[in-house]
Amino acid sequence: MSRPHVRLLGQGIRYLTKLRGGGSAFPGLVMERLHPGFVAEELAKLPHGVVVISGTNGKTTTTKMAVQLLRAQGYKVFTNRTGSNFVRGVAAALLGEMSLTGRLDADIAVLELDEAHAVHFVKQVKPRYALLLNVMRDQLDRFGEIDTTRRMLAQVAAATTGTVVLNREDPRIASLAEHVPEGTGVRWFGLAPALRPMFPSDDDMRSAGGPDAEEDHEQELAPRPPAAVELTSFEANRVRLTVDGEPLDATVELYGVYNIYNAAAALALALAVAGPDADRTALLDELSRVTPAFGRGETIEVGGRPLQLLLVKNPAGFRLSLASARPGDYATMITINDEYADGRDVSWLWDVDFHSLREGGVDVVSGTRAWDMALRLDYDEVAVREVVPGLGDALRRFVAGAGDRPMRVFCTYTSMLELRRELSRVAEVAEI
Amino acid sequence: MTSSTPTPRTERTVHLVQLYPRDMNIYGDWGNTLTLKRRLERYGYAVRLTDHDPGDRFPADADLLVGGGGQDSGQFRVQEDLQRIAPELRAMAADGVPMLAICGLYQLFGHEFRTGAGETLPGIGLLDLTTVGGPTRLIGNIVLESPEFGTVVGYENHSGITRLGPGQAPLGRVVKGAGNNGEDGTEGARLHNVVGSYLHGSMLPKNPAVADHLIRAAVERRCGGFDAEPLDDTFAERAREVAQARPR
Ligand SMILES: [Zn+2]
Repeated sequence: MSRPHVRLLGQGIRYLTKLRGGGSAFPGLVMERLHPGFVAEELAKLPHGVVVISGTNGKTTTTKMAVQLLRAQGYKVFTNRTGSNFVRGVAAALLGEMSLTGRLDADIAVLELDEAHAVHFVKQVKPRYALLLNVMRDQLDRFGEIDTTRRMLAQVAAATTGTVVLNREDPRIASLAEHVPEGTGVRWFGLAPALRPMFPSDDDMRSAGGPDAEEDHEQELAPRPPAAVELTSFEANRVRLTVDGEPLDATVELYGVYNIYNAAAALALALAVAGPDADRTALLDELSRVTPAFGRGETIEVGGRPLQLLLVKNPAGFRLSLASARPGDYATMITINDEYADGRDVSWLWDVDFHSLREGGVDVVSGTRAWDMALRLDYDEVAVREVVPGLGDALRRFVAGAGDRPMRVFCTYTSMLELRRELSRVAEVAEI
Repeated sequence: MTSSTPTPRTERTVHLVQLYPRDMNIYGDWGNTLTLKRRLERYGYAVRLTDHDPGDRFPADADLLVGGGGQDSGQFRVQEDLQRIAPELRAMAADGVPMLAICGLYQLFGHEFRTGAGETLPGIGLLDLTTVGGPTRLIGNIVLESPEFGTVVGYENHSGITRLGPGQAPLGRVVKGAGNNGEDGTEGARLHNVVGSYLHGSMLPKNPAVADHLIRAAVERRCGGFDAEPLDDTFAERAREVAQARPR
């Protein structure tokens, strides 16, 4: 089959699967079968190349922010925002963006890829930029070990031709600098020393006496390289960054230190792409408008009260979400599913410290592993008011019982999708 | 360890030691330590909790030891220290001190562990078993039947293939999952008051019978007897039912 025919076929299938409400990766799968080099060939034409964003936590939010920042610099950005971050998902996204004459109207691609798929992807397409965020524990039951995940990201770093942007504060990511090939630059984003304790790595998740008796685990490490973007301090929405040594203040609409750090990562990437021509004023302006991706602190109005959905999938992330506000001020629900996309292994819940929930207790616990979660909370001596495994029922009881308190729901991936469906019946919920 | 018949003490304090929390603490191993600590407290005993990391002075007055899994790199880091304290551990085990060894530490409690990369880590031979690195990881929900503890539920995630020596009793027979090697139907190992297993998930919260066996043994040795009202294990019972019904 000739190329344009293959592409038109792919676009036709994409249209049909959309009508049927089918998965977004299927047309890409067809394309991959019929024309295996399709993605590589199309992306190779982009004048500013391809950006790969990977890591275990915060990819979706950081990708969304990086796209927004680059668009503010005038780039036409192609991205795989459908959430299917496979090579074939990229192919499907490409088909959706191309005109029927086969022209992709973009000058740079910013792609979110999970670690395993990033490895597969960079064998076909050499990225010009890579932004590598962190290596945490959520993928363990699929790939076995954290060190395996790190090795996957090392292959991404090794395949990058322009600049690799690395998280200076994650030791497994920082050590990837040695895999960056000669001629490829390294840029860092990082945290001021005072903020580092807020981002525990999985290695020092537990210290003597467990969460009951935390001790200072800051190790004496080699001096850190200077960061292109350092998060210096923040208080509520006011953020101070140090950009190439220069202090800059910004106001952000981001919830929680985690998202603010992701914004710093996205900014470091945008600066690397734009180079010395970067318009910093425009970037900081845009930074004040970036928002997290759905489920990463998204707020939905329910009956006139805010309900926040906080995606949790590993100990460090759950801990940070818990710490991002005073739990006693909120009604709290926790929903833990163990479907394949969540990870079947719920053992990581035992590495989260839930003490901060003691004061207010937890209103409702739900999901397939509701009883595991209740058991976990019980051993941290956190009172659980209700255990309701069915998510729809649980949500209704939670909202009804919240009174005038704002609501926070900590949820795993598939439980979040189901909660959003339930919420869309009673509230305005953005389409994913 | 000086005496095989410990003198009863009036104070109800149990010394709980977690082995290598810095290097071997993954997949929720903290849950096992926490479960022992809380249950002891709820039974009315005080708990002294000590971490033992490589190079630390070994707390020879430990009443109950627990240790977990790690990356292969973590096992290499603790291996030398484990050899150092091995004589004490073997003597304590023979003396009835309860121990729980999960995953990586379970492997090192055996004779040796030959990794997939061809390196050999000597174990301490406390349990009669040998482990080799396998080609695939054995991952998923697992259910056992144990003659002592009834149904035991958990989650396994290991590439090590473990074979028990001829006289070595397993912890249980696999009902669902792979267990020691995916072939002979055994899971874990039992000797004196030592329990070795690949189950995390964490193991003890959802298996109060195993937790209480370890607790009872520790308390009886330390305090001369165990007297306490049973705890309310409703959450654990419901969580066990769910875990058994979930897909692998
Ligand atoms: Zn394990």
